[in-house]
Amino acid sequence: MLSITPDTVALGAARKGVITAGFSPVADDARAINGTVGDITSADPRMTARNVNVYYGDKLAINNVSLDIGVNEVIAMIGPSGCGKSTFLRCLNRMNDTIDICRVEGEIRLDDQDIYDSGLDVVPLRAQVGMVFQKPNPFPKSIYDNVAYGPRIHGLTSNKNDLDEVVEQALLKAGLWDEVKDRLDEVGTGLSGGQQQRLCIARTIAVAPEVILMDEPCSALDPIATARIEELIDELREQYTIAIVTHSMQQAARVSQRTAYFHLGELVEVGKTDDIFTTPRHRLTEDYITGRFG
Amino acid sequence: MSNTLLILILLGLMALAYRLGMRRSQRLVGGPGGVRDLHSLPSYYGFFTAIWCGLPALLVLFLWVSLQSGVIRDLVIADLPEAVRTLPPAQLGLVINDIQNLAQGNIVSGEVSLEMERAAAHYQRLRQTSFAASVVVVLSLALLGLSVGWRLVSPKFRARNRVESVIKWLLVGCSTIAIFTTLGIVLSVLFESIRFFEMVPIGEFLFGLDWSPQMAIREDQVGSSGAFGVIPLFAGTLLIALIAMLVAVPIGLMSAIYLSEYAGARFRAWAKPLLEILAGIPTVVYGFFAALTVAPFIRDNGALLGLDVSSESALAAGLVMGIMIIPFISSLSDDVINAVPQSMRDASLGIGATHSETVRKVILPAALPGIVGGILLAVSRAIGETMIVVMAAGLSANLTANPLQSVTTVTVQIVTLLVGDQEFDSPKTLAAFALGLLLFLITLVLNVVALHVVRKYREAYE
Ligand SMILES: Nc1ncnc2c1ncn2[C@@H]1O[C@H](COP(=O)(O)OP(=O)(O)O)[C@@H](O)[C@H]1O
Ligand SMILES: [Mg+2]
Repeated sequence: MLSITPDTVALGAARKGVITAGFSPVADDARAINGTVGDITSADPRMTARNVNVYYGDKLAINNVSLDIGVNEVIAMIGPSGCGKSTFLRCLNRMNDTIDICRVEGEIRLDDQDIYDSGLDVVPLRAQVGMVFQKPNPFPKSIYDNVAYGPRIHGLTSNKNDLDEVVEQALLKAGLWDEVKDRLDEVGTGLSGGQQQRLCIARTIAVAPEVILMDEPCSALDPIATARIEELIDELREQYTIAIVTHSMQQAARVSQRTAYFHLGELVEVGKTDDIFTTPRHRLTEDYITGRFG
Repeated sequence: MSNTLLILILLGLMALAYRLGMRRSQRLVGGPGGVRDLHSLPSYYGFFTAIWCGLPALLVLFLWVSLQSGVIRDLVIADLPEAVRTLPPAQLGLVINDIQNLAQGNIVSGEVSLEMERAAAHYQRLRQTSFAASVVVVLSLALLGLSVGWRLVSPKFRARNRVESVIKWLLVGCSTIAIFTTLGIVLSVLFESIRFFEMVPIGEFLFGLDWSPQMAIREDQVGSSGAFGVIPLFAGTLLIALIAMLVAVPIGLMSAIYLSEYAGARFRAWAKPLLEILAGIPTVVYGFFAALTVAPFIRDNGALLGLDVSSESALAAGLVMGIMIIPFISSLSDDVINAVPQSMRDASLGIGATHSETVRKVILPAALPGIVGGILLAVSRAIGETMIVVMAAGLSANLTANPLQSVTTVTVQIVTLLVGDQEFDSPKTLAAFALGLLLFLITLVLNVVALHVVRKYREAYE
């Protein structure tokens, strides 16, 4: 049956008011382009995706998705598993290039630069658009070397002192410095799960990205480590643009300003997080956030 | 009638016992419908009866055959004239050999005397009696066992458990045989080596710089001092192994990287088996490839460069051995590289590293312990390899680091020490055992270290 958590109960109560006020599955005036409900645009976009299709072989995994990701905002992507959230996220820094059978159509821009332009190099792109993965994946190297990996690859620093500074700043921003400053040469894989994930965030931050993509960054963590990461996301928002995939609606509600709901490869509804969770306008979104399926 | 026929008859009896036991179990519960009332399936009762029929009989036959020749020999000796009986053991052995040969109609050394004829006839008679007795004993034992097993069959009888435990003991027996054979070989090598070290001091063997195992047979013979310093052999072995590794490690490792990281699935599907075929080529084929193609090629090209290359060079043997070892390194490395989790690659690529940076800075370091393990296994293979070096590296025990000269290896010397007619108690022959022991110890240590490293590595990623 339904698994109703305190949050969804509260949201459900709020929604009831909407229903009595004459809820309709799709408000006609709000029907945006491509069948997505809500406003896909952002006032100050960092990244813009337009009419994106993604195929794995012959199989269409993302169907005609358009979405803006605004400067200094956290946008959450939710939806049942297999609906293409990760696939869409991986388009944003061209990680899908590493999958042979994957083909991306449409247009994705970062600061008005087409990232799928044939002349564009993925190396600087992936420095600008960093990624944090579902399972913490520190390298089996020292904590220091983990964070220094990106700066070294990209030649960001010219001497050891600069590199030390970059590593320290990244660890500070990731909220890990105090815990590891005395043991930077221990292996990163020896940390706890939550610390490992913050190490991975530090590793991403160390190359000074503009956008950070996070694919279910807390799904392998316990509630306390999760809360820690969520706080961190809130702090990071001031300097970075963050797109986070999550399977937890509470998490989306806590950390994001905008929320996008995906369903079977389509972007069903986008809107301010508060609106999505209180007054969803599409029947599928409503079903999902009230726990009717997922 | 021979023992083979006897065994065939026994097998026939066992098949019969199987059917009888199975039938009886079915009949006792009133036909196939009553199988539920049996403790075990009918076939287990069949096996049980067959085991009772065959096992004791086969054991007795085995004991009989292994003891019979000794007993017969003693009886024949006891019947020989006093003069012959008191000969020293070695000569007595020759006489017995002659008698046996005579009895079997083979060629005999020397004249055939009347006594020999008599002894041979005696020998023949004894053998026939013994065989007839064994047939009677074994067959009656089989029939007895059959009837015992058959009688034991009853619905409540737990035939399955009995059969299972017999199978278990059979397996225990087989593994014991495997272990004890290995142990026996090691011990015999060890004891022969100890005999060798009684004649040649162990320090001289391990640290001597001279290897020339020819012993003087006559007092005044020149150039056959019998020096048993093992250093030149190990230097040669290591030189060849080093050349082989210099060839095999880079090529093997890089082809593994290409196959696992860059190649498409379709290319890998046929390239990998092709590479592994290299491992299936008999080493003697590599040997003549080295001796007939590579060695002359190196010598001719060396001559063009003004180098003095001997026609049997360490380089030729090492190169070809390296080619032989490539598949070891590449397939082991391929496995460990594939075992590096995809998440490591994602992490590196996701931060903007290129493919080759990812390979160099993340994948290879992560896979390194496993690769090292693979390399150590390959080294121990290279050190133990014989055929290629026998054919391509030569026999002269030069102590040199020059790969263009001919050197020899431990395995080659073992071969040459034991080929041909040898006295079995001269230091020359016994030296082979000491070399074998040393080689065994070295490869053992290498293998233990390698397996340890590989296992450690497996644990690192769950
Ligand atoms: N590497 C891949 N190869 C083939 N199909 C894939 C691959 N990755 C994902 N897919 C398919 O694409 C669809 C979307 O997957 P994904 O983006 O991982 O969903 P989500 O992250 O929302 O759970 C799924 O149907 C999945 O089976
Ligand atoms: Mg996913």
